[in-house]
Amino acid sequence: MTTRTVQSWFWVSPDDRGKPIAWQVLILNWAFAFLLLALICFFSFSQLRYNWNWQTVGGYSGFFWRGWLNTLKISSLALILSTLIGMVAALARRSGFLALQAVSRLYVELVRGTPLLVQISFAFYVVADALHFQDRFTVGLFTLSLFSGAFISEIIRGGIESVGASQLESARAIGLTRFQTYRYVILPQAIRVILPALAGMFANLIKDSSLLSVISIEEFTWNAQQVSALTYSNFECYIPLAIGYLILTLPITLWTQWLEKRTRYET
Amino acid sequence: MKLRATDLCKSFGRQTVLRDVNLNLDQVHALALIGPSGGGKSTLLRIMAGLEKPDSGRLDLNDREVIYREKELMAHRRSVGTVFQAFNLFPHLTALQNITLPLEKVHRYKPLEARQVAEEILERFQLSEHCHKPPAQLSGGQRQRVAIARAISIKPKLLLFDEPTSALDPEMTAEVLEVIEELRKEGRDLVLVTHQMGFAHRIADQIALLSGGQITECGPPSQVLDNPVSDTTREFLAKILKY
Repeated sequence: MTTRTVQSWFWVSPDDRGKPIAWQVLILNWAFAFLLLALICFFSFSQLRYNWNWQTVGGYSGFFWRGWLNTLKISSLALILSTLIGMVAALARRSGFLALQAVSRLYVELVRGTPLLVQISFAFYVVADALHFQDRFTVGLFTLSLFSGAFISEIIRGGIESVGASQLESARAIGLTRFQTYRYVILPQAIRVILPALAGMFANLIKDSSLLSVISIEEFTWNAQQVSALTYSNFECYIPLAIGYLILTLPITLWTQWLEKRTRYET
Repeated sequence: MKLRATDLCKSFGRQTVLRDVNLNLDQVHALALIGPSGGGKSTLLRIMAGLEKPDSGRLDLNDREVIYREKELMAHRRSVGTVFQAFNLFPHLTALQNITLPLEKVHRYKPLEARQVAEEILERFQLSEHCHKPPAQLSGGQRQRVAIARAISIKPKLLLFDEPTSALDPEMTAEVLEVIEELRKEGRDLVLVTHQMGFAHRIADQIALLSGGQITECGPPSQVLDNPVSDTTREFLAKILKY
């Protein structure tokens, strides 16, 4: 990689957009952004008159750890499961069988139009109860995956439909089967369109998992709330909570940005 | 090749594109389909390519009827090579991969064999230096040549061109037409939809003019282009030769 010479410390001309920026300039401007954040935090908390009680909360660090690991576990499982559900729903929506189309449509619209909180309560207290199924973790995992799956299916469908008709025709002309067309022509091209939206969705999924605390799944938020109740402290629990979620969501965003760059090709 | 169309009909919705098209060519190596836009020439070619099903009528290729059922059609499409106007190639694959994909996945070549075949053809078309570029980095003419390379790599029994140069500027048109002419000299059978009358004259041994969904004239170039019998042909030629 070539390091660019510094032309301006604060501006990029329209011609230079998209080109790499010198590291000195990057550091300076990022430092500026962090300084702004620090000022806002400092100002707000200095007005607060709050008795920080880090030591007591620190004694409960085990809670945070366990909760964070549980959130990591349930999020990663839900990430895989919701992608699968999303793919199936997107394909069902495109299938020639009308009943299947209707089912997929109903599922997507219902799930996208109602609050996750309601869905979780309904799934656990009504559906799971009727089935005499009491494993909270599994119920939570499936509800969360179904919730995200609905959004993901629309993202995938959009990506599939962004692939032009001429591409499908070429695939047909060279004699690819329907499956091969998806595998070698549609998906590789759709991925590019799907990735940015999918990254946002995955980050949401991780944060949404915090709602599972309402059915007492012992994930990160639930644990933080326990500590908060036991120690009569608020921010000492919520700040680590926020940082804990950031540690999970940031790598996903960065990873997809990298993938996006790798799969980029001109059209 | 032997090509016979019997009472082919095709309509899209309320619009009739082909009505009772008949063709009976016993010994043809290069058939050019010409005529005004919307006359049905592309549809006829697409029916020959197995990309469109006729509403009625039948098509015989070398004394074998083309069966318009998905399973048989798939086999038919795999045995002919079709080149479209533009946007043939897959943008996420390199020139080389565009050729090896059907070889490997459809015609069951081993990766190494497929690569060898593709490299040979690309070299023949003087595209070797571009073999690892995606279509976006190729010129329009190069892209179309790669598309032709992909079509002939499967050793098709028939090559079909649907206005292969319509999206190209004159210089690139020339480089693509040269390739097609070369294939013709090699003795490959081809059907070509074109607006390039001069080119049709040079390479075709039969020309069919489609207008209003019917073949209004069919014969060797010296007849259809130089001494047309039907009024429709005369009108059409007068119109396009005017400019």
